[in-house]
Amino acid sequence: MVDKVRIATTSLAGCFGCHMSFLDIDEKLLDLIELVEFDRTPITDIKTCGPCDVGLIEGGVCNSHNVHVLKEFRENCKTLVAVGACAFNGGIPALRNHYELKDCLEESYINGIGIENPQIPNDPEVPLLLDKVHPVHEVVSIDYFLPGCPPSAEAIWTFLNELLSGQEIVLPYTALHYD
Amino acid sequence: MAQQIITIDAQEVPFQEGQTIMDAAMSAGVYIPHLCHNPEFKPQGSCRLCTVEVNGKRMAACTTKAIPGQEIQNNISALQENRRALIQMLFVEGNHICPGCPKTGNCQLQAVAYYVGMLSSHYQHFYPYRELDASHPNYVVDFNRCILCELCVRASRDVDGKNIFGISGRGIKSHLVINSTSGKLGDTDFNVDDRAALVCPVGAILRKRLRYTTPIGERLYDQQPINVVGDSTQPHAGAKKQW
Ligand code: SF4
Repeated sequence: MVDKVRIATTSLAGCFGCHMSFLDIDEKLLDLIELVEFDRTPITDIKTCGPCDVGLIEGGVCNSHNVHVLKEFRENCKTLVAVGACAFNGGIPALRNHYELKDCLEESYINGIGIENPQIPNDPEVPLLLDKVHPVHEVVSIDYFLPGCPPSAEAIWTFLNELLSGQEIVLPYTALHYD
Repeated sequence: MAQQIITIDAQEVPFQEGQTIMDAAMSAGVYIPHLCHNPEFKPQGSCRLCTVEVNGKRMAACTTKAIPGQEIQNNISALQENRRALIQMLFVEGNHICPGCPKTGNCQLQAVAYYVGMLSSHYQHFYPYRELDASHPNYVVDFNRCILCELCVRASRDVDGKNIFGISGRGIKSHLVINSTSGKLGDTDFNVDDRAALVCPVGAILRKRLRYTTPIGERLYDQQPINVVGDSTQPHAGAKKQW
């Protein structure tokens, strides 16, 4: 049996939309599983990333845990791919970059509408938020970008096929979009 | 007047005396990427996207007169790479969060970025803080997305005769300002029928309440690239039809 390509995926400061879009390749998942095996991903629930051929990163970087996971992926994945609009430039979570972190926390947990028992969460289990949300390329080097909010299942499928077969990545015009 | 000829990427392009390289290219249907140019207004050559090689020298196509015998390189990788870098700089200098912008799919910045194959913003983002001006009953100005093309400035000054918009500051501090004592659009005589209300190539000057009349996916640049469908000329961010 030929060695399968090992893939890891994660969602950092994203909404899991890119992962949902990935699952939207539907029955092609059966074709994919012939070629790849999954390492750390929300699908396998493996908690740490081992040596992999490909890592897919959804989401930007908004807290200390995101930085840790992103670095772990970079150290373990030969090819690292930034998937989606948030990985690309921070996306919707980066809208908070206009405001002071303190103001965001106070609005959410103290002054916002309908809040009972107002307090800012400080459990040591909760990762510390970064001052700003960053796109992944500002933290580690990235080999490929697949923009889109989310990239369509078709775009993800075409991308993976081309990547796995060692072809140049060429997406049709309608598959490249930032929204 | 006799027609004369220049070549753009080895294609013969006729022009009339007095026309710029951009004018000649537009009349011949040859696409040279641009953002601050709109043939209705006096060219100003500020975005530099239309930089081409004229007999080996780099010049802005929108401000350089066509002269017989010019051999022009336009669609070559060295220039496309420069254009990509310029677009990436525009992306990181402002706040261009496409999934949250009503102009998405009808936006010329996005469309040119697709055309030059931009896959990442590459540079470090500035994430500047810029206020939004929603003081006008029918329009909102989102300064986060302004790319300083000065089309609204030229339209308001040269066509509407109102001088409502201007650019203040220098270099990286340049920013769009509104000419009223409060600095708010609501305190000007800006009107929905103004030419300046229709020219913004990005989502900075937006008509209120009509932003999502065309679904995402059916907008100008969703199916076809800008070199095929041309500049964005919708009456408002969500419109399908062009005026
Ligand atoms: S508001 Fe729009 S038209 Fe005016 S300078 Fe900015 S980008 Fe150009």
